[in-house]
Amino acid sequence: MATKDAGGQRYAGRRGQDEEDVAEQPPEETRERREKLTDDVDAILDEIDEVLEENAEEFVRSYVQKGGQ
Amino acid sequence: MSVRRVMGIETEYGISVPGQPGANAMVSSSQVVNAYHHATAARARRARWDFEEENPLRDARGFDLSRDVADASQLTDEDLGLANVILTNGARLYVDHAHPEYSGPECTNPLAATLWDKAGERVMEEAAAHASAMPGSPAIQLYKNNTDNKGASYGCHENYLMSRATPFGEIVRHLTPFFVTRQVFCGAGRVGIGADGRQDGFQISQRADFFEVEVGLETTLKRPIINTRDEPHADPERYRRLHVIIGDANMSEIATYLKLGTTALVLSMIEDRFISADLGIDGPVAQLRAVSHDPSCRHLIPMRDGRRLTAIQVQMEYLELARKYVQDRYGPDVDDLTADVLARWESVLTRLAEDPMRLAGELDWVTKLQLAEGYRARDGIGWSHPRLQLVDLQYSDVRAGRGLYNRLVAAGRFGRLLEEDEVRRAVTEPPEDTRAYFRGRCLQKYPDAVAAASWDSVIFDLPGHESLQRVPTLDPLRGTRAHVGDLIDRCATAAELVMALTGK
Repeated sequence: MATKDAGGQRYAGRRGQDEEDVAEQPPEETRERREKLTDDVDAILDEIDEVLEENAEEFVRSYVQKGGQ
Repeated sequence: MSVRRVMGIETEYGISVPGQPGANAMVSSSQVVNAYHHATAARARRARWDFEEENPLRDARGFDLSRDVADASQLTDEDLGLANVILTNGARLYVDHAHPEYSGPECTNPLAATLWDKAGERVMEEAAAHASAMPGSPAIQLYKNNTDNKGASYGCHENYLMSRATPFGEIVRHLTPFFVTRQVFCGAGRVGIGADGRQDGFQISQRADFFEVEVGLETTLKRPIINTRDEPHADPERYRRLHVIIGDANMSEIATYLKLGTTALVLSMIEDRFISADLGIDGPVAQLRAVSHDPSCRHLIPMRDGRRLTAIQVQMEYLELARKYVQDRYGPDVDDLTADVLARWESVLTRLAEDPMRLAGELDWVTKLQLAEGYRARDGIGWSHPRLQLVDLQYSDVRAGRGLYNRLVAAGRFGRLLEEDEVRRAVTEPPEDTRAYFRGRCLQKYPDAVAAASWDSVIFDLPGHESLQRVPTLDPLRGTRAHVGDLIDRCATAAELVMALTGK
């Protein structure tokens, strides 16, 4: 991942009044949601596997466009 | 004004002939456009595009670029004889820069513009299917994306009609920070960093790495964050058309709708001189990329006033201004669409700030990232793996059966704003509240009498007339169903219509 400045403050600057509107989620709930998400994603990937173009490397390499606007 | 104003989207689609990498893209694109014409209106004469009022070298800053110094790719008004079809929904389907392009009809609000943009995907799907079905023709596939990940980019442009009275400098000043940061909800996501995708990784925007300057006239080279092309296709004394080239082509209806709705609100605030705060960004071109390259959305942008804000926080500042503006101008009388755009904008930003992955199934880039991360975890592959680049590409495949976005929608895993029935209708029917209605209805009812048309004209070839009869449609808000619906219903022939309109 090209992640830069990932350690930066999330709510930097003078935005005090808004922080109340953006409540942090309890970690427990986040973890559960993430686990459920992973199960969901695996189900999605199984569906996608069936339609992905064969020979990804060749397919992607031959997708060459002329520049546009 | 609110989120309501004259607007529209034009999209160049990526085109591929699998197994024939050497295929001429201009020829393939022409085949796609021609196949659509033959399949949908084979017996009708083909109306030409009327270039009379086009002036792509007019610059919003007040001078004309000399034709001699212009790059050949900027001369869009010279009819190169490439395929062109004007559709009964008021859109234009044609070949531009070796890509098939769908320029949607003029609409009056972000939801309608989203609808006719989605209809464009169906037009392209159908067009490619017809082209591929021609005897001896290879399969042609179309993608609603913005880069081949090898250095080439092609655009999805938004157009907004604006008041001529607004100084262009004000537009640049207040729109630039908005454009640098709005990608957090309307980025389409991209596997690959750098124009040629040489660096491995994921970024929020398809287009960010192709922008080099802050303001300029070009669209194909040295791309600017704010494009100054000034062809209003309307009364130039009253209007300018803001031609926005920085956006990604979105599959997500929610992303397209928010992109149009929030931009329209910011433009209204600029026209009404409502923004006094300076949200200026230090080095906007570099920051555009930095924001795109950080899918955690935590990158801190150096602001000219010394603060360091995330892109989401900059957007929150625009949202707050827009809330105050709408409250100030409309109070409880705010229209439903404006209220809806504000509510969605806030909801999306709030959840992005909590955890961007909460927007999977709503925003393109988050969904694409979720798929890519899923494959990385399941198959233990790195960012350079071609499967991830294929997922990026195939996400935007316009086919219902093969496009990954379309599959997610079909499986109920991606939220929609539109009903498929209305999308199907928008493939053939024009919006009813702009001049696109007049253009579309004329092509529906008098296809053999329309010799040419453009955004601001319909030209008739009538029996008994030696010269062509040009009906100007310079006002985007005239020629609506309310204005001409009964008249067109009543006139059995184009000659009757022209006589009723001109008295000749």
